[in-house]
Amino acid sequence: MVDLSVNCAGIKSPNPFWLASAPPSNSAYQNCKAFEKGWGGTVWKTIGEPVMNVFNRYGGLDYNGQKIFGLNNIELISDRPIETNFREIAETKKLWPDRAVVVSLMVESKRETWHEIVKRTIDTGCDGIELNYGCPHGMSERGMGAAVGQVPEYCKMITEWVTEISTIPVLVKLTPNVSNIQLPARAAKAAGANGITLINTINSIIGVNLDTFELKPNVGGKGGHGGYAGPAVKPIALHLLSQVAIDPEVNLPISGIGGISNWRDALEFILLGSSNVQVCTAVMHHGFRIVEDMIDGMTNWMNEKGITSLDQIRGKSLPRIDNFGNFDLLNRTIARIDQQKCIHCNLCYVACEDTAHQCIDLTEENGSSKTEVREKDCVGCALCSLVCPVENCISMVRIDDGSASKTWNQLNEEFRKSGKQMTWEELAKFQHKHGIEIH
Amino acid sequence: MKNIAPKLQADQYERNFSDLHPPFTQNAATTEALRCLYCYDSPCMKACPTHIDISTFIKKISTGNLLGSAKTIYQSNWVPLTCAKACPVDVLCEGACVYNVKGEDPIQIGRLQRFVIENYFEKGMPTIFDKLPNNGKSVGIVGSGPAGLACGAELALLGYVVTIYEANKIPGGLNTWGIAPYKMRREDSLKEVELVKSFGVDIKTEVMIGKTVKVDDLLKQHDAVFLGVGLGESPQLSIQGEELSGVIGALDFIEKVKTENWKDVNVGKKVAVIGAGNTSIDAATEAKRLGAEQVYIIYRRSDVEMSAYEFEYQLAKKDGIVFHFLTSPKQIIGKDSVEGIECVKMKLEEPDIRGRRKPIPISGSEFTINVDMVIKAIGQETKSNFLSSIPNVTLDEEGCVIVDQTSYQTTNPKIFAGGDCINGGKEVVNAAYDGKRAAQGIHAFLSDQSKGEK
Repeated sequence: MVDLSVNCAGIKSPNPFWLASAPPSNSAYQNCKAFEKGWGGTVWKTIGEPVMNVFNRYGGLDYNGQKIFGLNNIELISDRPIETNFREIAETKKLWPDRAVVVSLMVESKRETWHEIVKRTIDTGCDGIELNYGCPHGMSERGMGAAVGQVPEYCKMITEWVTEISTIPVLVKLTPNVSNIQLPARAAKAAGANGITLINTINSIIGVNLDTFELKPNVGGKGGHGGYAGPAVKPIALHLLSQVAIDPEVNLPISGIGGISNWRDALEFILLGSSNVQVCTAVMHHGFRIVEDMIDGMTNWMNEKGITSLDQIRGKSLPRIDNFGNFDLLNRTIARIDQQKCIHCNLCYVACEDTAHQCIDLTEENGSSKTEVREKDCVGCALCSLVCPVENCISMVRIDDGSASKTWNQLNEEFRKSGKQMTWEELAKFQHKHGIEIH
Repeated sequence: MKNIAPKLQADQYERNFSDLHPPFTQNAATTEALRCLYCYDSPCMKACPTHIDISTFIKKISTGNLLGSAKTIYQSNWVPLTCAKACPVDVLCEGACVYNVKGEDPIQIGRLQRFVIENYFEKGMPTIFDKLPNNGKSVGIVGSGPAGLACGAELALLGYVVTIYEANKIPGGLNTWGIAPYKMRREDSLKEVELVKSFGVDIKTEVMIGKTVKVDDLLKQHDAVFLGVGLGESPQLSIQGEELSGVIGALDFIEKVKTENWKDVNVGKKVAVIGAGNTSIDAATEAKRLGAEQVYIIYRRSDVEMSAYEFEYQLAKKDGIVFHFLTSPKQIIGKDSVEGIECVKMKLEEPDIRGRRKPIPISGSEFTINVDMVIKAIGQETKSNFLSSIPNVTLDEEGCVIVDQTSYQTTNPKIFAGGDCINGGKEVVNAAYDGKRAAQGIHAFLSDQSKGEK
């Protein structure tokens, strides 16, 4: 029997799918409707300082006919009166005691102001607090959001103001717009945070109108950077997640966000250490109903794999993360084209010929084209298999027997021990010994 | 005609003659274009007789570069709208699409090409072609069908003074007159004519070479001549009753349906079409759509041997056309007008050395079908009388002009030829290719001559 329930920093929910703090979690009406559809939790759209939004606030990036491959927004934190938000949070939690209700907060950098909002938030009966240190636009100009997340010292100071009085778990939500995400994460840890949420949106300009030269979104002729989200940001989120998850100085539960559209995406986050996941863009594109497939798909996958709890797989891919210097230089793969499956589109040929290593031959056979890998020249880069439109037509086949294995670090160490310099000539000798020819 | 089919309601005509394949919307075209894999050295390009760089023109649709897309198409083919609508794409480009091998629907190349060219016409045919300055040489083209238009367009852009001589009042040849209206409107063909004229090509209509203008004069007036005269009349059935009122050639009939007064064209209540080629199907379905109650196609061999494409056969069956295979007409019965057609059942002999199975009558199997109209669609004869009057041009035994396969030059060095008059009747797209290639042949010939003079 599969159990999807999770516990993120002491905040429990019946499944790992939470609404991220964003437009979908703006009101009691929306959060309750989401819970009815099956969402396990919500992070209430950030409440705090008085704000007023502009009207036009989203920009979509479409790619090859796919709408909203990426979504940019310049919406601010909740523009509803704070009293309304407090009242609705309390009502929602009362109606849905088994779901996680976390409240996202952002106020100016004053200890008293933070103390006051934290106390009032706890009074709603919610399950946790999320500190919004990520919002990259508007609020950051006023010294909040990303302006805090980008400076580890601020991050630590404000987090301490919260943790020193909070009686419920505190998550710190980080901005990806930094050069080393581990630093603000460590600051949050040092300040006593119970968990990390990442990533917030990425600084972005979604596009330029070629007729008017205006930016998208266009606010009366003006535009600027906004926060980028959606499927396009997932690889960036996975990387930043892994960086925090493997950092022994952080060692906190993580609530993962960034381009999660379905259960498969969610599992990837969990395999890289997420306790649970938060979703926004996919919901904005298709509505709350998508959670049904998320729950269903994840349950079926776990049943197939014989997994009963997400605890059994959380972080399972993390030990595989390593530095380039520890990769095996002699783990040799080459491409093989299944001629039975080939549809003769020749995309592998042109990709290899123009942009890789010129090791696919294009010939004619019985009036049709034939593509064949010259195996001795193939470096196994896998580009051909990526461009091939036919499933399992080009496979990357391992050709070494595993008996020889050498990483760059080991090789350097050997050279050092034998008094050799790492030169092109010495490297060529090593390659030649192992049958590797670089043209 | 004895029994004329009653006229239809106006909206019924519109329905019956509306586009078989409606145009793409912008969004649908983009979506379909994005589905294209953008194959390298693509099989569709190889399968197209004019070798349009299909994956490139489709890629340009997906990026919103519709003008560039049109230019890519025109670089290979000067009558792309006709080809988009009349080509047997199932056996050409779309049949070669790699998606077929993948077990998925091929890219709708014909509809995408139509989308690009119709957009180009809607935009008012903006200039996208470079025209070289006048080189002082003149080429005369006989016939304004696809071969003549393609040849004329290509030569005009190369700087030649081009005159096309057209016997008909309205130019375009079979593109204008020979394609069923629900596949292609006459106006579509005329737009392609307009484009060619915009390059400076002079089209003189109602000029019959050999009559209005003598062949000798034509040859004197021009530095080179291109023959794109197509084919001629339907051959005689050579059976009794062929002279009766109600007997008509398929192309004559199809041409009438392409005139402005097409709704006034009378068809019999019951119609027999003799022959089972693609023109037969056009004639049969047009007759049905004009109100004929019953239309028969009579063919002496079986469905295996018939030359109509599969999709044409399906269209005819969908229209309720009744096929009499292995049936040959013996005589047309009637006093002044057609009342019936007497047929005889046939059987096929064992294949001969060339693999052809000769049909032979089964004696005593005669039967009569009551019909009011007989449409003869057993092909077209070559214009061998006219062609053999041209000095030093040689015809093969079928009456087709013999040309060099590369230069399209006839045995008279000054005369070139292409299209149906050299191949005995193929697709529009083949004629378009011939015309373009012949223009290059003419260009090479006249350029060599100029060098010789210097």
